[in-house]
This record gives sequence, structure tokens and C-alpha cells, in this order.
Amino acid sequence: MKVLRNYIKSLFLLEMFKGMRLTGSYLWRKKFTIRYPEERAPMSPRFRGLHALRRDENGEECCVGCKLCEATCPAMAITIETGPREDDGSRRTTRYDIDLFKCIFCGYCVEACPVDAIVETRICDYHFEERGENIMLKDELLAIGEENRDRINSDLSAQAKYR
Amino acid sequence: MSEIQNYTINLGPQHPAAHGVLRLVLEMDGEVIERADPHVGLLHRGTEKLAESKTFNQSIPYMDRLDYMSMMCNEHGYVSSIEKLLGVDVPIRAQYIRVMFDEITRILNHLLWLGTHALDVGAMTVFLYAFREREDLIDCYEAVSGARMHAAYYRVGGVYRDLPDSMPKYEASKFRNAKDLDRLNSNREGSLLDFIEDFANRFPGIVDEYETLLTDNRIWKQRLVDIGVVSPERALQRGFSGPMLRGSGIEWDLRKKQPYAVYDKMDFDIPVGVNGDCYDRYLVRIEEFRQSTRIIKQCVKWLRENPGPVIVEDFKVAPPKRDDMKQNMESLIHHFKLFTEGYSVPAGEAYAAIEAPKGEFGCYVMSDGANKPFRLKIRAPGFVHISAMDEMVKGHMLADVVTVIGTMDVVFGEIDR
Repeated sequence: MKVLRNYIKSLFLLEMFKGMRLTGSYLWRKKFTIRYPEERAPMSPRFRGLHALRRDENGEECCVGCKLCEATCPAMAITIETGPREDDGSRRTTRYDIDLFKCIFCGYCVEACPVDAIVETRICDYHFEERGENIMLKDELLAIGEENRDRINSDLSAQAKYR
Repeated sequence: MSEIQNYTINLGPQHPAAHGVLRLVLEMDGEVIERADPHVGLLHRGTEKLAESKTFNQSIPYMDRLDYMSMMCNEHGYVSSIEKLLGVDVPIRAQYIRVMFDEITRILNHLLWLGTHALDVGAMTVFLYAFREREDLIDCYEAVSGARMHAAYYRVGGVYRDLPDSMPKYEASKFRNAKDLDRLNSNREGSLLDFIEDFANRFPGIVDEYETLLTDNRIWKQRLVDIGVVSPERALQRGFSGPMLRGSGIEWDLRKKQPYAVYDKMDFDIPVGVNGDCYDRYLVRIEEFRQSTRIIKQCVKWLRENPGPVIVEDFKVAPPKRDDMKQNMESLIHHFKLFTEGYSVPAGEAYAAIEAPKGEFGCYVMSDGANKPFRLKIRAPGFVHISAMDEMVKGHMLADVVTVIGTMDVVFGEIDR
């Protein structure tokens, strides 16, 4: 009996038609793809994308040049030099470079920063056209921070209770 | 008459079926493999040596990049070996989170394995379906750690942050009306745990779909049954672990035999194969989908009911809370000490192994009392499996090599390290 059943099964390609019925049913189901550049997949407030340096509400840069991020960076992607600022003599970074080729986006710099100066934004689609553009200078990092100010602040406050 | 010689061909390192950078030198007699010689090392990055020049915590993100298909499991192996040496007690909630994410990782890994294995063998559809489910799980990764793959979420003494109580949602766009948007966001209304539970409820049905497409399919069976047979004795002698060993019929699972974290409180079964061929290993992994889903459900239930700390409150090992750090001088000092020089681990040696999706993943840490490991040895399951390549493909056809590579579930990040 079992032999007969197996014979019928294999003769009429039953398992093939079962599979094709399944794939065919997807023709009528809702699509689960999204149209990427216009539509985006949901992004968590914890997302670790391109870096940014923040300024506080008075427009003063948050970074105090403690170099904790430089020390904790596993890939040694951050280079910082500090010195007195020219106009008021306060201690600031004179150089803050992140080499995005070295960076592994682990988020340790954000974790380490005691003043929430360095953050990782939701920006994940960017490209370089010239050699050397991979090194983000301090001005560029601050500019990204200004451009995405509201988003960064809302993400930071959303995460504050977990950290 | 000229002498007939065997033909030697190179498969890879740039071959779509070689799963990365595997180079196989095959000695062929016609279309039959006489000898297979895997050449490894093309993805060698020196992780073990690199770890010697970094503090213990700094190596955690590098562990993600070993077996880059089962990220959090690698972290778990590394972190638990240090915890063993340090003697810290991980909070129970952190252990449940780890177990839950280990199982999510197992599903992630097996989904990719299933998709690519089927693709190599010739079935395209499963690949597309598997990636749809991977998307949901990768969203869990992102929600909890901020990265879709290289999570760097586990820490010595626990996990970095607690699970979020909301999921990110799809935003409105010109392609979606309100009803469509509600449909997309329907499982994202609650917390991460709700999202995971919804997935765990849905997933067994989806595994049934994969099985409809593959398990009885005659092409699939013709390609897999009796290919790459490993007898239980040989599997043991070669040091197999994970589904490769269980496929040969040996009931060995570190989660049951040497329970770590809270696996001893979990209710699940170990699937074993009978014949030790590729088809049995496929069935074992399919069953592991279902068992992992069971474990995830138990973890979700427990995590819902038991809030608590997720990282040890020993500020010599784990940094203090941020609020505390900003107001309390002592906490600030701890914070600075931890992020500059890290913590020192008492001199000694420790080996901790976990059941990664591919098999036994272990880390052997030697410490001389400094803040960096003196030596770190990584035991990668894939390396052992690929060394059995010759034995498994001998006498098979060239096309079967692809099946055997697929069934081993090789990932070169961990093999070459």
C-alpha cells in the first residue's frame, strides 16, 4: 500500500505542485518589500551610523578634549589634539579627526564620552569620491551635528534612561 | 598511447558557491573527486594577535567579525571566558537576554545557511523568503544594540543596555496609505519583547513553508540524500560539533551537556540525524529552528515578568550609570579608569565554550594579570569542519562539492580568524 502511495505521489509530482502552490500564493499576498530611497526601513534610536559632534544650546561645542573616545577606540580611528582656543583661551580640541576607513562603528566612543559630545547619527548612506574624504575633520563633524540637531537630541533623550 | 592523468582544478577563491574566500584544489578523475585540498587563510586578520594589544572590552567588537553570521554567539563565548577568569556573577536578567539573543542568532545563522545552501543547490525561492525573516531578526538586533549585524552588545558582566520598550516604526510615505502603514506597523506597536513574541508565534508556520518547498522536493532530495556521509565514529574522531555532529546521530549539545547561562532552565530538545548525510543535517537544522523558537518564547515570558539590572554593579568591571557618572565624582573616576585602561584580570587561564549555531565556539584566555589578554585562542567550529572536506567529498561528483560546502555552513571570518 505504501509503495503504491509513494508511486502515485512521485508520478503526479505532488510535492512539486505543493511547492508551486505556495510560491504562487505569494502573487496575491501583500508585498513585503519597500522602495528604498523614498521609503526607509524603521531605524532604532540606538542606530550607530555616521559620527557627529554636538554643540550645546548656546552654540558652544560640547567636546572638552578629554580624549576618552580616542583612548577607548578599538580601531584607533580617532585622533585628537588639544590646546587653548585663540579667542578665550579655554581648553578645546584643535584637531578631531575620525578615519572612517578604520572606524568599525562599535559605538564605544559614544559610550565613553562623559559630555555626550560625540554621537553616532542615523546617517548610514554616504560615499566618498576622493581619497582623503574618509577622514572626517572636526568642522565636518560639527556640521553634521548641527544639520541633524533635532534628531540627535531626540534620540539621546529617548535613550537616556537605558544608559 | 599517452598516459592518462588526473585533472586538477581550482575552485575559488572567487567563486559564488565557495561562500567567501574558500580555495579548493580538486584532483579530478573525470567528474569524480579524487582528492580535495582546502586552502584557508585568505581572510586572516590576526584577531587573536590583535586582542593581545587591546584591553579586554576593546576586543568585543572584533568577536562579531569572526563568524559574521552569528555575531552575538561569538561575543558570548569571548565574554563568558573572561567572566570565568574574573569570577563575576552575571545578573539573571542579562543571562536571559543573552540566551534569547543567542537563539535569535541561531535562527539568523540557520536562515542564511538555509537560503544560501538552497541557492547553491538550485532553489532560489527559499533564499528570498529566508531573507524576509532575517530582516525581522536583524531589526531586533538593531533595536537592542544599534547595529544590524556587528552588535557589540554583550559586555563582561552582562549586556550593555536593557531591552527597549518601543520598536521603531515605518514612517509615512507617498507609496503607502494609512491602512497599508498600519499593516506594516501592526507588530511594532508594543515593546521589543512583543515584537519578538510575534515573530516566535509566526515563525513555525514559516518554517513549514520552507519545508513545503524543500523537504519532500525530489530535486532537493536527489542532491542531498547520501551526499557527504559522515559516520558517527568519524564525526567524533574529526572533532565535529554542532549540527554536523548531531546530523551523524550523536546527541551532543553544549546547551544540554554543559549548560551555560540559563539553558538549564529552558525546556527544549536536541534533534539528531540518522544517516549523517547532507539531508539529515538539513533536517537537524530545520528542527533547530523550531527548538530555538521554543527557547525564545520561554525567555520572552520570563523577561516580561522580571525586570532588573542587566549588567553587574561592580564598577571595577562595568561602567556606572550615566546619570551617576555625571553627578558623582567617584563614578566619574571609575568611568575614566574603565574607558582608558580597562580592568585587570587576575593571572590565570580559562576556557569557556558555547554552542554557537555552527558548533562549539570557545575562547581560551590566558591572562598575566594585566588589562590585556596575554594570549587568546579562539576555537572555531568551522575550521574543524572544513578540514574534513577531503573525507566528505571523496568519490562524489564536482557538483556535490557545492552541496558539501553548503552543508558545512562555513564562514571564513571564523575559519581564518
